[in-house]
Amino acid sequence: MARALINVPKAAKRGEVIEIRALISHPMESGFRPDESGKLVPRSIIKTFSCAYNGEEIFRADFFPAVAANPFVSFTTLASASGTLSFTWVSDTGETQTETRPITVE
Amino acid sequence: MSVRLSRMHRFAVAMFVFAAIFVCAAIFVFAALGAVSLAGEIGPQDLRSGFLDMSPESRAMQSDDTANPGMLTVLEGEALWRQPAGPNRRSCADCHGDAAATMRGVAARHPAYSPAQQRPITLEERINLCRAGQQKAAPLTWESPALLGLTAYVAHQSRGLPITAGDDERSRPFVDEGRQLFAQRQGQLNLSCAACHTDHRGGRLAGNPIPQGHPTGYPLYRLEWQSTGSLQRRLRNCMTGVRAEPYEYGSPELANLELYLMWRARGLPLETPAVRP
Repeated sequence: MARALINVPKAAKRGEVIEIRALISHPMESGFRPDESGKLVPRSIIKTFSCAYNGEEIFRADFFPAVAANPFVSFTTLASASGTLSFTWVSDTGETQTETRPITVE
Repeated sequence: MSVRLSRMHRFAVAMFVFAAIFVCAAIFVFAALGAVSLAGEIGPQDLRSGFLDMSPESRAMQSDDTANPGMLTVLEGEALWRQPAGPNRRSCADCHGDAAATMRGVAARHPAYSPAQQRPITLEERINLCRAGQQKAAPLTWESPALLGLTAYVAHQSRGLPITAGDDERSRPFVDEGRQLFAQRQGQLNLSCAACHTDHRGGRLAGNPIPQGHPTGYPLYRLEWQSTGSLQRRLRNCMTGVRAEPYEYGSPELANLELYLMWRARGLPLETPAVRP
């Protein structure tokens, strides 16, 4: 499992704009780089990242080979209700990693 | 035709010549002093971490633990700290307990003199010695995610503490050996470390600022590498850069050079995991 660092405010006021940051460890191998023997290193990247707030998708991003290693995504949303934010990364080989963070909205 | 000068005139000319000689001598002495201070070591008040030479964006990336990719390496190390290894299934935590208490200040004094090795050893070497001696597990390879993780996790416990490496009397001869390596010209470009990082610190090389070269945040996340790397990886990079044959990972030469660099930066706070361009 890749390590992920996610920053979600633990508590927020209803209607407040909150910033969410997600960083995941991934080499984002572009498929264009040769290794020491001169052969191309096979492509291995995260294809999509999405975030759902209480099950409803609020953010989605497609990644491409030019995205740097350990992709970092920062976005904002409106704090509407208490619950969980779930973050999903899908690699181009079909591997999926999901992390969740709770949020309390008053 | 001879020029006749009055006594007054002769006195004035003599005074002028003396003054000119004095001024020339003074300029020469100041120039020599300047050259000495430039080629010599950096005073404690002028020590400057490479952090301050970075762009505001890179500084913000390092300062925010949820944006600093080096923290991923620290997290990796935290998991390994508690993971049993070797035939006796012992983890680092089984002996050392809570790293926040037991490992605080350890990175600030490494490379440290090891009586068994009779030379200073780096933090990476210390971890591998502990692994081989206490856990009876296979040593971790240099630049492996596991060794970088454990080193970063241990060094992270000293974040904010001033560097004290080289204070040990037994380390002194090795600091001197490291200093010699630092000042020694090498490679096809015939440059020493000091030629850039002491003599031209604060200047620019191909548009980039030349930092003083203090190892305050290793293992660190280098944007150019797109990964975390050790100080020895950085030193080997620099040696390749001047077209010299780099020393092997874990060689005594690199340990001495690391020791001298830490001694040179003593007093600066540790930043592990740092971010550098």
